[in-house]
Amino acid sequence: MIDSPAKPLRPADWLAGFTVLILCQLAGETLVQLLRLVLPGFVFPGPVAGMLMLLALLTPLGDRGRPIIAAADGLLGILSLLFVPSAVGIMQYGDMILAWGGPLLLAVLGSTVLTLVVTVGVFLATEAWIRRRQG
Amino acid sequence: MSGLSTIWVYLAASPLTWLGATLAAYILSLRIAAWLGNSPLANSVFLTAAMVIPLLLLTHTSYPRYFEGAQFVHFLLGPATVSLAVPLYRNLAAVRRSILPIIAALVAGSLTAMGSALAIAAAFGAPADVLASIAPKSVSAPIAMELAKGLGGVPSLAAVLVILTGITGAIIVTPLMNALGVRNYAARGFAVGIASHGIGTARAFQVNDTAGAFAGIAMALNGAFTALLVAGFLLLR
Repeated sequence: MIDSPAKPLRPADWLAGFTVLILCQLAGETLVQLLRLVLPGFVFPGPVAGMLMLLALLTPLGDRGRPIIAAADGLLGILSLLFVPSAVGIMQYGDMILAWGGPLLLAVLGSTVLTLVVTVGVFLATEAWIRRRQG
Repeated sequence: MSGLSTIWVYLAASPLTWLGATLAAYILSLRIAAWLGNSPLANSVFLTAAMVIPLLLLTHTSYPRYFEGAQFVHFLLGPATVSLAVPLYRNLAAVRRSILPIIAALVAGSLTAMGSALAIAAAFGAPADVLASIAPKSVSAPIAMELAKGLGGVPSLAAVLVILTGITGAIIVTPLMNALGVRNYAARGFAVGIASHGIGTARAFQVNDTAGAFAGIAMALNGAFTALLVAGFLLLR
């Protein structure tokens, strides 16, 4: 496993890892824009394209990818912080939530519970079906 | 006294104040969550927003002014999405083995997320623009806002519903899965990624790396699949 730290990373390594993340996002955004020249209706998030590019890079990089992995794990460790600015944005829609609050909250709650149960159920049922078929 | 209020006028206008408030409130929310034994009810996105919003209302600070400071945190969502490649890479063998469950659960979960939200809201007599705004509530905000606009909804309402869905799923997933007796962390993570996009994924990473990896895949696939479904619906309409 390349994620077990052999040597402590130097500050410059950490920065290099973060730079690769930024460059992958930039490359992903550029690729999506290029595709939109051919297919104007094409909607695909640039960061997800960047994620696929990084995934393709990690295997050939091997141990040299350690700084990228450290930077990525650092960001994912505080992922919930990154949603706070959007969540605070709810303050602008107090009136809308008060007007439609009850039904909308109920729809959100009911639908979220159902989605969790159905998704986990289908995932486990398909896995069990495969296991049975393989004997 | 007027000297002090001059300083406050300066501070309230400075991005530094609201960046600092966001970071400090988040760290405080982590402490509170730790005091509560990391109960899923002590969701850090919810707790931090619940501290920051009253502060902004009390100081008559507008959201755009707040965002001037908070944007530095918001901006990191892009590189964080790229970072999802790392847990995906670490769990690649498990993901390869689960291709069929992933596809089946994606289709079932994505349709349930949209269909059930539409059905419940419609049962309460919600008008067409509200229905169009709630349909994409389980995908990340930028995609949901674009889809809501295409369907004739209100993008800002869609963004609010996305956040509420994210926080709801992040809070209920652990007690719900424990009550159902589901021990498979790949399946648990995948479900919360489908239902509650990035906020659910953030919760999954707090529980375990495999759950986080599957949540990240689910979030990305659901964004793409929902966009395809909406594009198909608009073409056929």
